[in-house]
Order: sequence, then C-alpha cells, then structure tokens
Amino acid sequence: MRRGGPGRVLLYLALLAGAALALLPMVWMISASLMKPGEAMTYPPKLFPDEVTFEHYRSVFTTLNMRRYLLNSALIAFTATAVSLVVNSMAGYAFAKLRFRGRDGAFRVLGAGLVIPAQVAMLPLFLLMKQLGLVNTYWGVMIPVFASIFGIFLIRQYATAIPDDLLDAARVDGASELRIYRSIVLPVIAPILATLAIWTFLTTWNDFMWPLIVLSDEAKYTLPVALANLSGEHVQDTELMMAGSVVTVVPVLLAFLALQRYYMRGIMAGSVKG
Amino acid sequence: MSDAGRTSEAAVSRAGWWFIAPALLLIGAFFFLPVLASFLLSVTDFDIYAVADPANARFVGLRNYRGLVQNPVFWTALRNTFYFALVGGPLTVAVSLGAALLVNAKAVRLKGLFRTIYFVPFVTTLVAVAIVWRYLYHPQYGLLNYALGFLGIGPIDWLGDPRWAMPAIILMAAWKNFGYNMLIFIAGLQSIPDELYEAADLDGAGPLRRFRHVTLPTLAPTFFFVGVVTMIGYFQLFAEPYVMTSGGPLRSTTSLVLFMYEEGFRWWRMGAAAAIAFVLFLVIFGWTLLQLRVERRMQRP
Repeated sequence: MRRGGPGRVLLYLALLAGAALALLPMVWMISASLMKPGEAMTYPPKLFPDEVTFEHYRSVFTTLNMRRYLLNSALIAFTATAVSLVVNSMAGYAFAKLRFRGRDGAFRVLGAGLVIPAQVAMLPLFLLMKQLGLVNTYWGVMIPVFASIFGIFLIRQYATAIPDDLLDAARVDGASELRIYRSIVLPVIAPILATLAIWTFLTTWNDFMWPLIVLSDEAKYTLPVALANLSGEHVQDTELMMAGSVVTVVPVLLAFLALQRYYMRGIMAGSVKG
Repeated sequence: MSDAGRTSEAAVSRAGWWFIAPALLLIGAFFFLPVLASFLLSVTDFDIYAVADPANARFVGLRNYRGLVQNPVFWTALRNTFYFALVGGPLTVAVSLGAALLVNAKAVRLKGLFRTIYFVPFVTTLVAVAIVWRYLYHPQYGLLNYALGFLGIGPIDWLGDPRWAMPAIILMAAWKNFGYNMLIFIAGLQSIPDELYEAADLDGAGPLRRFRHVTLPTLAPTFFFVGVVTMIGYFQLFAEPYVMTSGGPLRSTTSLVLFMYEEGFRWWRMGAAAAIAFVLFLVIFGWTLLQLRVERRMQRP
C-alpha cells in the first residue's frame, strides 16, 4: 500500500474504531465502578462519573467479603500453575526427547482427548471427587487442572528442538536423568514455561463451571463464582457490581500485560503447526 | 562403551515412564476415566438417592435417551446451541479475519499496540464481562440502545426479548473471543511470502483480487484450524447464558451444557444429564469430522 493518502487515514480510522469497541466495555466498567450509587443507571447514560468515589471498592471488600474470594482465587491459580508447570514440562520433555516403549501410543491417546469436551467428564468427575472427599475443597477445584493435554503438547513441540548431543554429553558425564531435566532442559525451555504459566494462570483464574459445581461453601468460592452469585442479589447495585468486576478482571489483565509477549507467541506458534 | 550405552538406554527408558507418569495418572483418573464413566452413567437412573449412595442406581438401558427425545426442552437447547455456534462461529471468525487484516496492513505503525488492545477482551474473566454486558444491554439505560438511538433504531429489550437474547449473547461472545483467532490469522498472514503479492501486482491485480486469489487460498489451512477450534468451543456455551439470562427468556438461550448443568447439578438427575453430555460429545465429534472432511475435499486439486 502507498504511504499517506486517504487509504491510510481510513485504515487508521478503522483501527481506532475497533480499538474503541474492544476497550469500551472495560472502560465503562471501571468508570461506572467510580460513580455514585444510581449514577450508572441514568438517562442519558454517562461515560464518566461527575465525581469519583471509591466507596464501592470499600463495600466490595467489607460487606461483600471479596477479599476472601480474591485470596481463594489467588491460592488456587498460583498453586495450579506451579504444579502444572512441573507435571506438564516433565511429560512434554519425555514425549519429545526420551525414547521409551509405548511412548507413541500413549501420545496418540492423549491427542484423541483433545476433541473431547471437558463437560463430558464433569458429572462422573463430581462423583469421583465426592468419593475422594474432595467436594467443596480447594484440591477438588485444582486437581483436574494439574495436568493438561494442551500443556503437554505445547512443551513437547518446543522441547523437540533441544539437540540430542547436549543431553548425551551430560549422560556421558554421569548426570542422572532427573538432573539433566533440572539443570539442562528447564533452562532451555524457560520461554515456553512462561507461556504455559500465563496460560494456566489465566484459565484457572477465569474458570467458572467446574468451581461452580465443586464448591458449595461460600467461604471457598473463587471470584467468578462469587461474582455470579452476588450479581443475582445485587442486580440493582450497578456501581457495586462493576467494582466487583474490576477486582475480578484487573489481576488477570495485569498478569497478561506483564507476560503478554510469551502468551501471544505461544498461541501463534501453536497454531502454525495446526 | 556399548555396555554403558545399553545401561543408559535402559535408564532413559525407565526415566521416560517416570517423567510422564504423574501427567498420565492425573489425566487418566480425572479425565479419561470420567469420560468413559459418563457413558455408563447415562444408562442408569442415577438421581439424588444415588448421589447419597451409589448402590441406589439401576441400569435402565436407553431410557434416559428416550426421555431426552421426548423432552421439548432438549430440542430447544439443541436448536439454541446450533443457533449460537452456526451464527456466532462464522461471525467471530469474520471479525477475527477483519481485525487481523487491519492490524497486519503494511502501512500500519504500532502494530503491537493494536494487537494487544484487540486481544484484551479475550483474556478478561468471562463472568465479569458478562455482568458488564448485562448493563450495556439495559433497555433503558444501556449504552448500546443509546448509541443505536442516534441511528434511529428504537430501544431493543436485548436480554428480555426471546428474539433478541441469543443475538445479544452472540454479539458479546464475538467481542470476547475474536482476539484469539485474530492472532492465529496474523501468524497465517505473516507466513504468506511477499513474492506471491509481488507476482499478483505484476499481473495488475487490485487489492480485492489480490485478497481473493492470494490471501484467501494461502490462508485456507488457518481457516480450518480456526473454524474447528471456534466451533468446538462454541458448542460448549454455558457461562454467558448462566450469568446473563439464566437460559431465558422462555428458554431462548438455554444451551445443551446449561441444560445438562440444570438436570445434573440442580435437580441431581445425573443419569439424564449424562445422556445430554453424550449428545454434546456426538455433536462436537460429528461436526469436527465434517469439517475435516470438507477440508480434505477442498485441498484435493
């Protein structure tokens, strides 16, 4: 395309319009959370508060008990991310680089699992958790996300590029397989670990259906479950609900902005292979 | 050396199994086993008494499936799910492609910034933004009707009118999800060699013909990937109607998964709910096979 000219102006106008549409719901959410009670439900609708107030954030953390839900969500998301990094990176590396009998068969079975929706497993999974005494516990929420087929595939694809010579040299020096994994493999695959970390953190934090099913005690709710529950009772309290939504969304938004390079690269790399 | 080589080969083989064991055990016990058990569950009358004591469940053959076929809510949920996937899926893919073409255009600076902005909706928490959109859709005070008012379009009761509730959910889903596909399209666009465009330029092709004869054909594999992933995800519609409409009004947004959730976890009719889960599996599996078939046929010259 030629530089300058009306085409370029149109292009930028379209890009800016798209950006405005993408951000508008977020902007309105933040803005409404800072309005006085009732201000967000007036005609004509306001885009910005007349006067900024933080009272809803205070109520969200005191009367709505969101501090508790925030801690629940953080505990679950951080633990699940840490465990999934270890479990999936070990499996992904083994599938890529260690030769053992039955490897390709096991890998094919995992691949078949990719087209089975998680909801198909949820009813028996709930009954299983009940048998194990894990219903209404943090473990019950987390255990199913510790290992992920997608995560194993992601690591495997990246780890295939590790040169065999590097691993063999360490073996000749007498290093154990666990040691090789710890001190050679992990540093090499660090970038894809960052991708997996941010991906697991976001999915666990945002997850709704499974925590909704497995948690019954309000004190154990994660933010999305608590928010969905509160939004029924407080349907008239728009500004309060927006403050609750901000508290729920901002942590993942910050995590994403901090690690976005790794996250987006992971998606783009994963897709090229199909 | 050969001796040492053999021992190390055995050690590698043992280590391989140890390395995949935790993942395999977790996925086996908490995914594959429940998937298989789901089918078994669907041929029992597992209900609230069986939740208390599984010994109360009895084998009932295909009774749950017969019950589904005779239940009008099931057909409504199936229709709604297809409505959402067949309209929402292509719409989302189209928006994604449009955004990718815009962001990837040669003349654009700050590509990274726009890409990040367009991607933000995808990383947000679905439940939170569903609540936000519920207010944006407010018939009286919502921003959407206010904006439409300037175009002379009268107030629409987005979530209260059975004709508009599903379109409202589709619109929100497209906004929420297009960023993911956009990234994949950008990756696809960047893999198109410049020479192809230069050759088209030499032939005197305009931008539209270049798009039709160079961009679209080379993007075909990306299209299929994005199509399959989007449709698999969209058939699983749940949180949007749960939060925004509770499946209403008049069941107009009850999806298969929402119906399954209600049967299984609200009324504890787990046998019947497992039958719905199996139908969901068949829908997704069948649709994915269909798409792969179409892809193969189209790739044959």
